[in-house]
Amino acid sequence: MSAVYKFKPYNVGRWIIWGLFALVLLVAPKLFTSNLSVTMLAQMGIAIIACLSYNMLLGQGGMLSFGHAVYTGLGSYMAMHALNAVSGGALPIPVSLLPLVGGLSGMGFAVLLGWVTTRKSGTPFAMITLGVAELVFAMSLMFSEFFGGEAGVSGNRVAGQPFFGITFGPQIQIYYLIAVYTFVCVALMYAFTQTPLGRILNAVRDNPERVEFIGYNTQRVRYLAFIIAGFFAGIAGGLGALNFEIVTAEVVGAGRSGAYLLFTFLGGATFFFGPIIGAVLMVIAFVLLSELTKAWLLYLGLVFLFMVMYAPGGIASLIMMNLRVAKFGKLRQIWTSYLGLGITALAIVAGAGAMIEMVYHLQLNSALGDVVKFMGVPLNAKSVDSWVGAIFVTLTGLGLFELARRQYVLEWGEIQVEIEKEIKRRETAV
Amino acid sequence: MEFFIISMLNGLSYGLLLFMLSSGLTLIFSMMGVLNFAHASFYMIGAYIGYSLGGIVGFWPALVLAPLCVGALGALFERISLRKVHPYGHVPELLVTFGLSYVVLELVQLIWGRTAVEFVPPDVLRGAAFTLINHSVNGMHLLWGAAPADMCSAADAAVRVVCTPFPATRAFMMVIALLMLVSLWLLLTRTRIGLVIQAALTHPDMAEALGHNVPRVFMLVFGAGTGLAGLAGVIGGSTFVTEPAMAATVGSVIFVVVVVGGMGSLSGAFLASVLIGVIQTFAVAIDYSFLAFARDVGWQLSAAAQDNSFAKLTVSQVAPILPYLFLVLILIFRPKGLLGTREG
Repeated sequence: MSAVYKFKPYNVGRWIIWGLFALVLLVAPKLFTSNLSVTMLAQMGIAIIACLSYNMLLGQGGMLSFGHAVYTGLGSYMAMHALNAVSGGALPIPVSLLPLVGGLSGMGFAVLLGWVTTRKSGTPFAMITLGVAELVFAMSLMFSEFFGGEAGVSGNRVAGQPFFGITFGPQIQIYYLIAVYTFVCVALMYAFTQTPLGRILNAVRDNPERVEFIGYNTQRVRYLAFIIAGFFAGIAGGLGALNFEIVTAEVVGAGRSGAYLLFTFLGGATFFFGPIIGAVLMVIAFVLLSELTKAWLLYLGLVFLFMVMYAPGGIASLIMMNLRVAKFGKLRQIWTSYLGLGITALAIVAGAGAMIEMVYHLQLNSALGDVVKFMGVPLNAKSVDSWVGAIFVTLTGLGLFELARRQYVLEWGEIQVEIEKEIKRRETAV
Repeated sequence: MEFFIISMLNGLSYGLLLFMLSSGLTLIFSMMGVLNFAHASFYMIGAYIGYSLGGIVGFWPALVLAPLCVGALGALFERISLRKVHPYGHVPELLVTFGLSYVVLELVQLIWGRTAVEFVPPDVLRGAAFTLINHSVNGMHLLWGAAPADMCSAADAAVRVVCTPFPATRAFMMVIALLMLVSLWLLLTRTRIGLVIQAALTHPDMAEALGHNVPRVFMLVFGAGTGLAGLAGVIGGSTFVTEPAMAATVGSVIFVVVVVGGMGSLSGAFLASVLIGVIQTFAVAIDYSFLAFARDVGWQLSAAAQDNSFAKLTVSQVAPILPYLFLVLILIFRPKGLLGTREG
């Protein structure tokens, strides 16, 4: 695929994509100016670095880690303590370099803990990372001098000398600091995938036995990748500390690690840009979806389950597959099926969602009356009508969805065959 | 002395509960190569279903029915979800069970609410199984059941009498776990289905070629493993607390058990669960820190060292991290686990 757009000596396509990325980072706060959206954008930048560093393990190294928050979280703590040292005048470095302190300490902890974890691969690796994560979380409640106990450690990012009037007090200034770090880190992590180490890491993921035969120590390759991922995770943690100005024990917790895993996978672990989509979704889900409904974790879990079962490449792979179809001009043949799938899926979501919301309402706020507002429709959670209606909508949606899905699978198969033929034809024409 | 005996028994019973969970996990892992991340979730479902059924048909029928329900749910999950993911490899399999653990937690909160439910064992199990009576004159002796009040107090103030009861639920837990251990062992080694399972474990293709339905064997094993978790859930839920957080509290410990015992080794899982259960129970009960040790030995510590948070930590405070510390030490010094055979 990469051979198509190579214009030597400059790779124009790549310049355009990176230029667009920088532009998006630059103008995003101009388009979404409200306080909430600037905060969310800053969080997205942090999440992008964290998810990409996680994907260095999951997507590129095949290492399923349940404890990535350990490195982001410890990076946060170290950066926060460094910030407090700067405020106290003990540490003469500018605030804008504090994320690097987080990065270096994340790297240090990865050197220390990664030595144990990367001794194994596959399933044992996953369990050991889980154990290490539990270890660190349990310790965070034991050593309150460093971790600040329940209240956490807080600081003030307006410290040291202002640089050209930049104090990092206003949210927009911290956003641009995060944006710069995000751009540089994304570029560095992309560059890493092109290095010999990045390549051999892919080989370790795909066939460790062969890698050993050509003379590499797979354990050392995993260890090195783990250290580098720990560095970027620490940077994300350090930025998080500056952004929120408070670090609590929750940042090293299992919930955070699980979220990184979930959203990196949802975004797509097989493509480099997949985790970026995942990170954006993560912030949207945590900030907006959790406001909208109390059952958001349930929806998230269900979406994740279906994604693993039916689209293990995540959203990125769905995009790439459809781009391929569009490239061959076949999207026109299939858009009616997409429409059918979309409408029936919406019906299922509406029906099942109504039922879930009604049950939640009965469980949690039945004191507020029996009426639930769902998608603008008032539903009485205790009347038979709304239940029968919801069940009816769900079942109808399910039945029609199955019909639409069968039609879609047929058409998709046909299109793939046509594309294969077209590719063969072009090859013979050349 | 009675502290030692009771703590030992408590530790053993906790370890045996862990074994009930880790045996299912190990069985599924060695059979299908799948690490069931949602295993503790099935434990939680077992407790909740046991609670609901117990309210309708009583505790004893629920003790039998709830594990069957959980096993059926597990088999259903294997059939409709896990089997689809199987061709993609082990990481997606692990991910699908990880997703399931999220869904189960939310569903449990949806159905039974976010607070703990009152799941109590029947009257028979609520008392003491036996009582240790330590009499400073007559010595220590054991009495089945709860001791009457007059035996625990001496008329003479100079005579010290201490009664330590051992709860019946704990004893019941031990009995069930041991019964399960024996029947599992008999099933695997002495019956035809056990032999088929063992064959499918090492040579799935050959077993299939001989006419055995290996996918169905897998489904059966997954159902049986989750059923065992469900049984542990009914017992654990009635002994401890039945709440949505119960899956998370045992979840990571049983993974530690499986790694420490050696991936895929049933006897290793037994040894490791008993070891971890005993260590953790003893650690919780010991209120002793390095500072106290230094004072007892007679070292003079500086004021800074006396205020050091490491030195002030008591053993009971360290108890939650001991399993994980154990895990790290095992991985450094014996990477294949206590009784494991495969390095990987």
